[in-house]
Amino acid sequence: MIDGFLALYIFMLAAFTGYEIIARVPVILHTPLMSGSNFIHGIVLVGAMIALGHAQTPVEIAIGFLGVLLGAGNAAGGYVVTERMLEMFKSSKPGAGKGTH
Amino acid sequence: MSWLPTAIKACYFLAALLFILGLKRMSSPRTARGGIVWAGYGMLLAVAATLFLPGMHNRGLILAAVLIGVAAAWWSGRRVAMTAMPQMVALYNGMGGGAAAAIGAVELIGYAGATIVLLDGGRFTAGAEAPGAAQLALAVLGALIGAVSFSGSLIAFAKLQGWLDRRFVFAGQRAVNMLVLAAAVLCGIVLACGHLSVPLVVLFFALALAFGLMMTLPIGGADMPVVISLYNAFTGLAVAFEGFVLQNEAMIIAGTVVGAAGTLLTQLMAKAMNRSIGNVLFGSFGAAAGGAAQEIGGSQKPIEASDAAVMMAYAERVVIVPGYGMAVAQAQHKVWEFARLLMERGVKVKFAIHPVAGRMPGHMNVLLAEAGVPYDLIADMDDINPEFPTTDVALVIGANDVVNPLAKTDPASPIYGMPILDVAAAKQVIVVKRGKGTGFAGIENALFYADNARMLYGDGQAAAGELVAALKTLDG
Repeated sequence: MIDGFLALYIFMLAAFTGYEIIARVPVILHTPLMSGSNFIHGIVLVGAMIALGHAQTPVEIAIGFLGVLLGAGNAAGGYVVTERMLEMFKSSKPGAGKGTH
Repeated sequence: MSWLPTAIKACYFLAALLFILGLKRMSSPRTARGGIVWAGYGMLLAVAATLFLPGMHNRGLILAAVLIGVAAAWWSGRRVAMTAMPQMVALYNGMGGGAAAAIGAVELIGYAGATIVLLDGGRFTAGAEAPGAAQLALAVLGALIGAVSFSGSLIAFAKLQGWLDRRFVFAGQRAVNMLVLAAAVLCGIVLACGHLSVPLVVLFFALALAFGLMMTLPIGGADMPVVISLYNAFTGLAVAFEGFVLQNEAMIIAGTVVGAAGTLLTQLMAKAMNRSIGNVLFGSFGAAAGGAAQEIGGSQKPIEASDAAVMMAYAERVVIVPGYGMAVAQAQHKVWEFARLLMERGVKVKFAIHPVAGRMPGHMNVLLAEAGVPYDLIADMDDINPEFPTTDVALVIGANDVVNPLAKTDPASPIYGMPILDVAAAKQVIVVKRGKGTGFAGIENALFYADNARMLYGDGQAAAGELVAALKTLDG
């Protein structure tokens, strides 16, 4: 059990962490980074699984099922899209500077 | 089996660590590729561990939903064109918001059931716990933010996909929106005070979803990057709140990190457009463009592709300014081919990118990277603007609002004050444009009427193809 103040400490420290990580990021990475952070909140899938795991009535089960479906979409879709974007950055890397002369 | 809960907690801890390290690596071009892989392992670990949580029911259903969701998203994410990335991010983000809202709904309905049993028989059903006040309030808050992010992101997706191309604006819209939000918050407060009933939960979600729709509908496409980024931060917060409700540390940490990072990213974007986030959300972009707008004199002067190619072939310095039009036309490969031909002739070529060109910050960088354009040829706005006066030809491909001089000269213009790429300062400007219409913001562009500007009408891909062909015939 996490008590209220412990949760507040976690919240505060995690918020600073997120802020600091992004603070010095170059513009070229803004889109992949937005996509990457979009993937990371796909952790909501875990919560949806827990919610469905404890659902009892048919209505709860139906909503929980929908939640897991959406959460899985967030996680998988976010990963694929981010990975595809960053893959291109990698492939252009050895070529950098080649075109200037 | 007493070691199992500890092992699962350890997995969550490792997942949170991998998320933070992954995000850290993603913020530098050299390590970015590895960053997403690290975060991916974190996610796998967390999801796998969750399957072994003690006391879980419906394991078959859970597995089925995970597999269907992953398969559908994986398939769509693999297939989608690079140019459609922004709306895919919006879509997946909306899914996350929807999942957070669904968690809130299951918890609230569960509490409501427990309360009713309590009132009827004076006891809780087996397994149901009485929610603490903070837990209840955060379940409601997370559900509200998640639901708004869900419906709002879906509208953003539909707009970028071109399914919804007009803005819905009516008199008093802001007041109506505020009323809907106030009603949703009121419902939420009643719920959070412990007056739980299923009809009230339903009403609460209906109002929250409606607010997300109505808030996003009047926002123009030009502002969508900021809106998607904001909803991304929203979803992160919603996940953190629901994580507290479920007592899941990985969700709290990952959600909060994304909430904070997303908020900062949103601010950076809004700053690049010289607007506040509030102004983007409630300003109804374009509504202020009344009769006071400056008259634009002159006419648009067309040019043929062959003439344009000659002009650039004998120039010393050419700056290419891509915009959303290049993305729509999938012209990035042709444009890069053209640039390479110019460079073979000894022309110095650079690409200039406005921070909010396209539909997401860095959208153009991603497309140019896809085509194989090296980093060192791509310049940011602040670096390239002083170079325009010594540039012979600025080639604008599918960019409009980000090169509109009215942003500097016309205080009545809705984009007044937005920093722009100073292409009008170049000796010659060639604008590749599909037709004579206005840009996404619906504003006339004074650049197109300038004396040194020539219009090359046509689809970006076709025009770039013609330029390439013209250059090749020039070489014989």
